[in-house]
Amino acid sequence: MSEAASVAADTLFRYVLRLGDMSLVLAQRLGEWVGHAPALEEDLGLANIALDLIGQSRFLLSYAGELEGNGRSEDDLAFLREHRDYLNPILVEQPNGDFAHSIVRQVLIDAFQLALYERLVHSSDERLASIAAKSVKEIRYHLRYSGGWLVRLGDGTAESHARTQAALQSLWRYTGELFAEDELDRSMCGHGVAPSLAEVQTAWGARIDDLLTAATLQRPAGQAHAWHGKRGEHSEHLGYILADMQHMQRTYPGARW
Amino acid sequence: MVNSATSIPRTELAWNVLGTVEDPEIPALSLVDLGVIRFVRERPDGHLEIGLSPTYTGCPATAMIRRLVEDALAAAALDASCTTVLSPPWSSDWITPAGRRKLLEYGIVPPQKTGSLVRDGRRGNRPVDCPHCRSVDTESVTEFGSTPCKALHRCRACLEPFESFKCI
Repeated sequence: MSEAASVAADTLFRYVLRLGDMSLVLAQRLGEWVGHAPALEEDLGLANIALDLIGQSRFLLSYAGELEGNGRSEDDLAFLREHRDYLNPILVEQPNGDFAHSIVRQVLIDAFQLALYERLVHSSDERLASIAAKSVKEIRYHLRYSGGWLVRLGDGTAESHARTQAALQSLWRYTGELFAEDELDRSMCGHGVAPSLAEVQTAWGARIDDLLTAATLQRPAGQAHAWHGKRGEHSEHLGYILADMQHMQRTYPGARW
Repeated sequence: MVNSATSIPRTELAWNVLGTVEDPEIPALSLVDLGVIRFVRERPDGHLEIGLSPTYTGCPATAMIRRLVEDALAAAALDASCTTVLSPPWSSDWITPAGRRKLLEYGIVPPQKTGSLVRDGRRGNRPVDCPHCRSVDTESVTEFGSTPCKALHRCRACLEPFESFKCI
């Protein structure tokens, strides 16, 4: 029996949901840019990133459904759960704001996902390790895109610099939650399923500092973490996202393409 | 009862059929050229299991590819179904030499080898040659193109836009 096999399925279910929800909610936000991005290339870029994130969340939610063992499919989990059952961090549900705001949010999350997934590749849970190995290749591209824009905007005009710094100031407070370990994180780490979040934070911080320096941006002080999206306590924004995303399935249950 | 078909293993027949199935988004390539067919296994009951890897987790063509595979094999009287294989993850390095040649002829620059990806993480890969005029005086327009697997470039010499296959 492997290490992972001794983890209670319902604990692993909640952990995999956290990962899947993070990707799914961010994808839904990015989708709002389609048709509204500053240029066609950015429209395509943001839509492509959203598509990858949906792909990742499909693999994760399908796995979560199997772990739960109640016959819920990826679609059931995406379209028929209430906001309190969503376990994504608050950061990914924050509104898009201007382009700089979306780029800053993306950089913060891409760097987090990269640091996390680079380590999940070695998870004692084989299924999670294989999903991570596939996803990490895509996430590297996401950070290249968002990081490239962060540098261009930060080290750009006075206007783009000011907007990017303001976005960083506004979103930084939500990053603390990413690294605030709770019982579930510690249990996953103890079983070798997930890395320690302290280790992820160190890797994340190094990448972020490197990017901020290149972008001539100031790292804000302090990382509050009085947010608990990971245990289902969300900002008001998630309700609107779900209302939009779940509308069809709620109105016409069982509707298919 | 002897016929010519029985002398060829059914797995080999299946590989031959799969070599004729075009990728729905890049018809210049077969699924075998693309390197997404991971294995063909025959169960004791004769049913064929096809291991299929997605190029990108969210690629909308994945479901279509699955159906094309099953339909093509059914048309060849081969009873088969597809299994998704995630590990090890598909790499653009697995596009066959023939596939790389066909891509270039089709006007898409074949992917660089994956080792080059980390070289300049922030600014992108080194320049790629224009598939039309072979100039190296090209620029990257965006990391993301019309499909998840491609990026968009522009040639400063002949001014033509072109796509490259992303290195993953």
